[in-house]
Amino acid sequence: MISAKKGDWVQIHRIELKPSERSSNLPQDTQSVPLEVWQKGFATHDAIMGDEIEIETVIGRKAKGELVKVNPEYEHNFGKPVAELLTIGAELRKILGGEENE
Amino acid sequence: MNSDMSYDAVMNRKNEIMKNAVGIDYNDFESGSIAFEYEKMMKEVGYTLNEIREIQSYTSVGNTPLIELRNLTKIARMISAPGKGARIFIKDEAANPSGSFKDRRASVSAYRAKALGYEGIIAATSGNYGAAVASQAAINGLKCIVVQEVFDSKGKGQPEILEKGRKCEALGAEVVQLTVGPELFYTSLCLLEKTGYFNASLYTPFAISGIETLGYELAEQVKTRTGKEPTAVIITHAGGGNVTGTARGLLKAGCKNTKVIGASVNLEGLHMASDRDFNRKSFTTGHTGFGVPFATWPDRTDVPRNAARPLRYLDRYVTVSQGEVFYITEALAQLEGMERGPAGNTSLAAAFAIAQEMNEDEIIVVQETEYTGAGKLPSAQLTFAKLMGIEVRRGDPADDKPGERIVIPEHPSQIRVKDMDLDKMKRSYVKNCVTAYSKSKIRPEDITFLAEDTKSDVNYIKNTLDELAP
Repeated sequence: MISAKKGDWVQIHRIELKPSERSSNLPQDTQSVPLEVWQKGFATHDAIMGDEIEIETVIGRKAKGELVKVNPEYEHNFGKPVAELLTIGAELRKILGGEENE
Repeated sequence: MNSDMSYDAVMNRKNEIMKNAVGIDYNDFESGSIAFEYEKMMKEVGYTLNEIREIQSYTSVGNTPLIELRNLTKIARMISAPGKGARIFIKDEAANPSGSFKDRRASVSAYRAKALGYEGIIAATSGNYGAAVASQAAINGLKCIVVQEVFDSKGKGQPEILEKGRKCEALGAEVVQLTVGPELFYTSLCLLEKTGYFNASLYTPFAISGIETLGYELAEQVKTRTGKEPTAVIITHAGGGNVTGTARGLLKAGCKNTKVIGASVNLEGLHMASDRDFNRKSFTTGHTGFGVPFATWPDRTDVPRNAARPLRYLDRYVTVSQGEVFYITEALAQLEGMERGPAGNTSLAAAFAIAQEMNEDEIIVVQETEYTGAGKLPSAQLTFAKLMGIEVRRGDPADDKPGERIVIPEHPSQIRVKDMDLDKMKRSYVKNCVTAYSKSKIRPEDITFLAEDTKSDVNYIKNTLDELAP
């Protein structure tokens, strides 16, 4: 069972507005799902994954929610090599070089 | 503290919360009808250009390099008619502390918050503005919360926004991440009420006056370098602040003949509040989903009167496709040695096409770049697009279809701009004003205001109003 100890850097999740509580002026796909929120901070007490936990954020505010991650990582990256982009530089240099390079 | 935190109750307290959070009483500038005293608001609430330069120099904002893009200019000339192909310059705004022109905007808000004794500052934005506010808050010793729209209902996030969130955290801000929806604004109101922090709205007079230095600086730099005024300045257009502030700065530098051109990425057909469409776009700002509604109804924002009023300044408004912006981003890196963007390069794509309509002795200035890195790269964005089922291929960008297909040009001559119908947008704005203030009679001062606010004249407004009359 994954758990967080007091002082661990964690991520919490909670429902901010249920579908019925949301703005009435939304497209259908958005209207049918809740408004959810994620925050990060230091656990103020021990907790098990999925439990409600209180955190203290980096600016010292308290927030509560379901514990979803301990040591949450950044997972975005540079992407995969994109074939559609790889030759653009060489193509442009060829144009720039003009006839004398052909 | 009011305990009713329901959506409607909080939205009904909007004006009261905002008054406490920006320290402006907008009633001072109201007329009770369509007209309000725009210049008086900018003068009394904003700062003079010299004051702003001083505020910005304290936090190392501004004085960014102006760079001539010689290789891109050369290619534009090779593919245009003889004698055509204006010199293309770019203002390297990525050189600001947090990596974009948004530092100019945030610097004045943070200065104001500090001067008025606020403990912290809040911004609701998924763009570079979050990092700018976080950076300026760090320098000024203010606490900072950034509220972002990040995930769809499956918890999947745009890499570009995830990176912007990481950057805010790196600069010491608390980041509140939300799923898709305009209730980003509701959440930010709740936080403003709870914390008593300053609202670093993008649309206050301080935020807009902060950008005036960008237009002023580039005018001075172009004059020093070339002995001429810029023929045209091209500005990536989303909420309207970039256009408004830059144009006002150009005017303050005496460039009355410089053409002000706005450019947005075309995202026609995608709904900005749709959970499904959210991750089917590769640009989260600088697109028509903001550009059109904010131009035709600027007062839709978080402040009663928006200081960003793009129709007041725009001479032309064009769109480019997502594929064209990715292509020019590659070109900027590979030919000019500058890895920047991609969203900030929207205006560069448009400038490359428009330069070919202009004469060789003319000058077109792209007024921004933005920092780049993991998440915020063509490769990251296109990898994500493919994962979301978007087709990516080389071809004629005319075949681009937002949400379905991104077409990367096969040749630079395929980069073209599409002109938006500014006349139609001006009429739409007048119509929105009439609808919003339908209870009051339209007075002569309203007509004068609308003429100024649409860069038109009294007869144009009278004709438009006649057409609208039932």
